[in-house]
Amino acid sequence: MTGNGTVQIVFFLVALIALGLPLGAFMARVYKQERTFLDPILGPVERFLYRLAGIDAAKEMDWKGNAIALLVFNALGFLVVYGLQRLQHLLPLNPQAFGAVSPDSSFNTAVSFASNTNWQGYGGETTMSYLTQMLGLTVQNFVSAATGMAVLALFVRGLARHSTKLLGNFWIDLTRSTLYILLPLAFVFAVGLVSQGVVQNFAAYKTVTLVEPVVDANGVANLTQTLPMGPAASQIAIKQLGTNGGGFFNTNSAHPYENPTPLSNFFEMLAILLIPAGLCFTFGIMVKDTRQGWAVFAAMAAIMVPLLLLAAWSEQGGNPVLASQGIDQTASPNQPGGNMEGKEVRLGVTNSAIWAVATTAASNGSVNSMHDSFMPIGGAVTLFMMQLGEVVFGGVGSGLYGMLVFVIIAVFVAGLLVGRTPEYLGHKIEAFEIKMASLLILIMPLTVLGLTALALLSEAGRATIFNPGAHGFSEVLYAFTSMGNNNGSAFAGLGANTPFYNSWGGIAMLISRYWLAVPTLALAGSLAGKRFTPQGDGTLPTHTALFVGWLIAIVILVGALNFLPALALGPIVEHLHLTL
Amino acid sequence: MIAFLRPALVLLLAFTAITGVLYPLAVTGTAQLFFPSAANGSVLERNGTAVGSKLIGQQFSGARYFWSRLSATGPVPYNGAASSGSNYGPMHPALLEAVKGRIAQLRTADSTTTRPIPVDLVTASGSGLDPHISVAAALYQAPRIARQRGATEADLRALIDRHTDKRDFGFLGEPGVNVLELNLALDEKFPSSKGGM
Repeated sequence: MTGNGTVQIVFFLVALIALGLPLGAFMARVYKQERTFLDPILGPVERFLYRLAGIDAAKEMDWKGNAIALLVFNALGFLVVYGLQRLQHLLPLNPQAFGAVSPDSSFNTAVSFASNTNWQGYGGETTMSYLTQMLGLTVQNFVSAATGMAVLALFVRGLARHSTKLLGNFWIDLTRSTLYILLPLAFVFAVGLVSQGVVQNFAAYKTVTLVEPVVDANGVANLTQTLPMGPAASQIAIKQLGTNGGGFFNTNSAHPYENPTPLSNFFEMLAILLIPAGLCFTFGIMVKDTRQGWAVFAAMAAIMVPLLLLAAWSEQGGNPVLASQGIDQTASPNQPGGNMEGKEVRLGVTNSAIWAVATTAASNGSVNSMHDSFMPIGGAVTLFMMQLGEVVFGGVGSGLYGMLVFVIIAVFVAGLLVGRTPEYLGHKIEAFEIKMASLLILIMPLTVLGLTALALLSEAGRATIFNPGAHGFSEVLYAFTSMGNNNGSAFAGLGANTPFYNSWGGIAMLISRYWLAVPTLALAGSLAGKRFTPQGDGTLPTHTALFVGWLIAIVILVGALNFLPALALGPIVEHLHLTL
Repeated sequence: MIAFLRPALVLLLAFTAITGVLYPLAVTGTAQLFFPSAANGSVLERNGTAVGSKLIGQQFSGARYFWSRLSATGPVPYNGAASSGSNYGPMHPALLEAVKGRIAQLRTADSTTTRPIPVDLVTASGSGLDPHISVAAALYQAPRIARQRGATEADLRALIDRHTDKRDFGFLGEPGVNVLELNLALDEKFPSSKGGM
């Protein structure tokens, strides 16, 4: 890694903590329904919405009520996105006159955006009308993120409360997440992105005269170039902030209109992790012990940073195949060097590696370089980050509740080892909690590995693999790892816009979002119902460095044990092929 | 269940209005007011004709111009309407073919420059629309352009430096030479062609 690369990585991490802390404190005020500086403007809007929707702001619900609310709301969102795509050719704001999206692709995309995955089988600038992008995709970018944050708020209340069935009100947490947190952040960020060159308009695509004509394969000279337009900045801001990741354009944030400068890139990378990191501190404040939030944050950072360094080192090392052709891959003040296939010059290797690891750590899934063209070790890091279950920062809300489930498992295993009753934050951890936690941890690998196997055994699954050999296997493993963890990034060589990948991928996304959210709420309900257990001599403190290390070990062990054989067949074999 | 439908429907409609209509409109209004050029694609004009965008690369293959990176868009390189990377894994045979083909083109266009070729000049970018090449890739091409345009290499080094987007704040990102801007400046400053190679 280069000296400048190290500086950029350190600066990124420092900025993340410096901005995550105040945001975390602000979000705690939002979820505790305390007054914020935005109340004078947003308070009346909020109260008006509750009146319109018939929501009693003083009424809380148990876990079942909240789970039903979540499912009904998300099902409606799914239907709207599906309908918009199927009917976009009949609707306004379609200057490129795109036709209706196919049923299987519409299903996949509707699930994808409702479930906060934002896997994209389609290319934005060649498929979706501006109306679909705005009313369908941008809206889901907000509310799917707010859904995850609402579930987290309910879960954390479950941890903070005792002897009650009530966790809070999903409608209120959903509304406040959207209005007070996501909307103001997205607005400021979107305008900032435009200042850097991200497009924001409703014009049709522009045609410009090329300086030098381009001759195509048939010998025909092209005299013009098409410049895509659209309301891109408003969608990009929220897709970065809400761990959505679905690009306005096909190549996502590698596209110069989506991520034009190193500065826009820095803030887009920061936005990937900002809310997930901030929520760690929100959690600490809500359970009245900020050390608990720091401990979870520390565990996440301690897993991410070494893997980030590994990926950056691997990409900076370059491709031995190119080295054999006498290509200069050495970093210098005049060139980024390294493995530049699929990477942009303005971003280089360091920023591509930071982004790749951040986007797979958080379940964001946006990309600023093509992961399919990463070196085997770099690609393995992105796969592994997702296979940890998207708990290292993870999706907004969902990452932290996933990590807190691992905390419960860690407390339980430690309790078994020393023969004490395990407790977490004054709650006894008993059989029901462990059943739910095991369910949460086991569903993901079953989905991912099961569907990968199915794809490899079927003609339809193998037909659209792009890269030969072990790398082709990695493409399929990546696809289901990504969809099975609501990530959304891809080894994009795989032809995923087929009925096979659209349907099975849609099912994987449904399972990983809703089959996990519901047991999470059940777990929260059970924890809230328990009597307070005061700390005793045998209570394992969960804010110490020792516990953080233990938590990391549990997370890695579960992640590594499930997926090591699959990784061995893909990137590890490829690495050995390439270097031996 | 019905009790859940009303809040779900009303909130979804309200958020559609707020985040799907008002929010993009507010961003568009603000953007068009304060950053009109950027919001509309950073288009570059020459003699009143739009000749491209500062942010979107173009294909150059004549010996008189600095070449951009390889582009994997179809059916032609640098197709702004359909961004795409190559998605070649490091061992894909077509990656090696593409690199070898590019080396041959560069060597044919200038047989006198024999030092190692900078990696960004033989690889395809992620978007297929990368507006930049590295400073090293521009300097590598300078001797060829100098001969073609009747300029000195020192002239070109100065021109390259003027069209290099430096790291933001001196440390963020990587420096890159904007190929379209550089070539437009080249046409303006050194329009004469000294004939073939």
